[in-house]
Amino acid sequence: MNHTTAKNIKETTGVDIDKCYQCGKCSAGCILADDMDFQPSIIIRMLQTDDSTNNKKVLSSESIWLCQNCENCIGRCPKEIDIPKIMDYLRTESVKKKCVSLKAKHQLSFYRSFLDSIKMSGRLSELVMMVGYKFRTFNLLQDVKLVPSMLSKGKLKLIPESVKNRKSIKSIFKKTTTSK
Amino acid sequence: MKLGFYPGCSLQGTSREYNESVKALAAAFDIEMKTIDDWNCCGASAAHSISKELSLALPARILALAGQQGFEQVVVPCAACYNRLAVAQYELNQDRELKSSIEQAIEMPLNNQVKIINVLQFINTYIKDKIADKVKKKFEHQVACYYGCLLVRPHKILGFDRVEDPTSMDELMTIIGATPLDWGFKTECCGASLSIARTDLVGKLSGKIIKDAADRGAEAIIVACPMCHSNLDMRRPQIDEYIGKEISTPVIYVTQAIGLAVGIAPEKLGLQRHFVKVNIR
Repeated sequence: MNHTTAKNIKETTGVDIDKCYQCGKCSAGCILADDMDFQPSIIIRMLQTDDSTNNKKVLSSESIWLCQNCENCIGRCPKEIDIPKIMDYLRTESVKKKCVSLKAKHQLSFYRSFLDSIKMSGRLSELVMMVGYKFRTFNLLQDVKLVPSMLSKGKLKLIPESVKNRKSIKSIFKKTTTSK
Repeated sequence: MKLGFYPGCSLQGTSREYNESVKALAAAFDIEMKTIDDWNCCGASAAHSISKELSLALPARILALAGQQGFEQVVVPCAACYNRLAVAQYELNQDRELKSSIEQAIEMPLNNQVKIINVLQFINTYIKDKIADKVKKKFEHQVACYYGCLLVRPHKILGFDRVEDPTSMDELMTIIGATPLDWGFKTECCGASLSIARTDLVGKLSGKIIKDAADRGAEAIIVACPMCHSNLDMRRPQIDEYIGKEISTPVIYVTQAIGLAVGIAPEKLGLQRHFVKVNIR
């Protein structure tokens, strides 16, 4: 077999999806399978079909954003197919092709707010990240209740930590991310 | 040997008690660790979901700095940072072309020889043999040792402990007088970075973990990852809502449990910083 989807995935990630014989162990062990629109083994099967409708369904699925790369699937796969790596690839493609599931917008906003904070100072500031996230999602009140106790427990830093060489971080972001 | 220390961002913020307890434990056993100068964030789960190159370049800068500063080993207490650093190191060592493009991105050469160790490997290597002699007050409690996912997987790369039923933390708990329980959620994921956007799912996934531990009589859940800790501790209201009742089982870092047993003051271990009160000593 040498179809386009499998070829693209193999070229970008080195993972061969044609090795999958649908035993279903990945889905059986996936902690989020119950909440997914397509379970991991189904995603692999859909990609194997090399059908454009299936590909689109996969890229716009919520599943690929629910996956947390906990690596249980690869740990149990008899063919050692690196599904988490495929998920990374699918997420990147989904953003590139602008077909991120509406249900996953908040998760993507979280990742973007997280990276914005790193881009700014080289280290994550939970405060900067949360402010960015709230503005992206209009979820202004989320976790506000936690703030007083986080402050009293000394768990919330008000002034972001920073690397000394901020330029090096900015340059890394510039060189490794094509679009934001 | 020059031993390096990579705190990572969580240990400077929401998980500062982990930082405090790792450092207090190292000091109690006279182990000197030096923080990598000018360290940056490893990119965590955000970077690899957005850009493969970024997810390799951020850890690569840390690895390059560690090499430049002459560290042979670096202790990385956060399981997520440990995982990212070890995986990036492995991937870059596998692919020369990729490595040189990442070296260009970070504008630093990468010899990639430094050994990345997690907190359990650190304790096993430098402290384990000396713990028994130092125990002042046995930690006589039933505990559920929770390893989470990133400490043991992907096993092919990390090669640490047993992938389905790790035992290193259980062994440490036995040394300090605790009774580790046999339970079903040692390496299940807590919901990780769904913590902000999908707190409902974290309530469910972490809820299953807390419930199993509590049902089996655990007096504490022992962890070695700040993400696991904040999901199991800070998200307890969502967890209680999922389970349908309030569960008061505290979540304690492995370094805090050992610290208590060897007589370090609870405040020095940051036990007062938890959301779920730690009443056991």
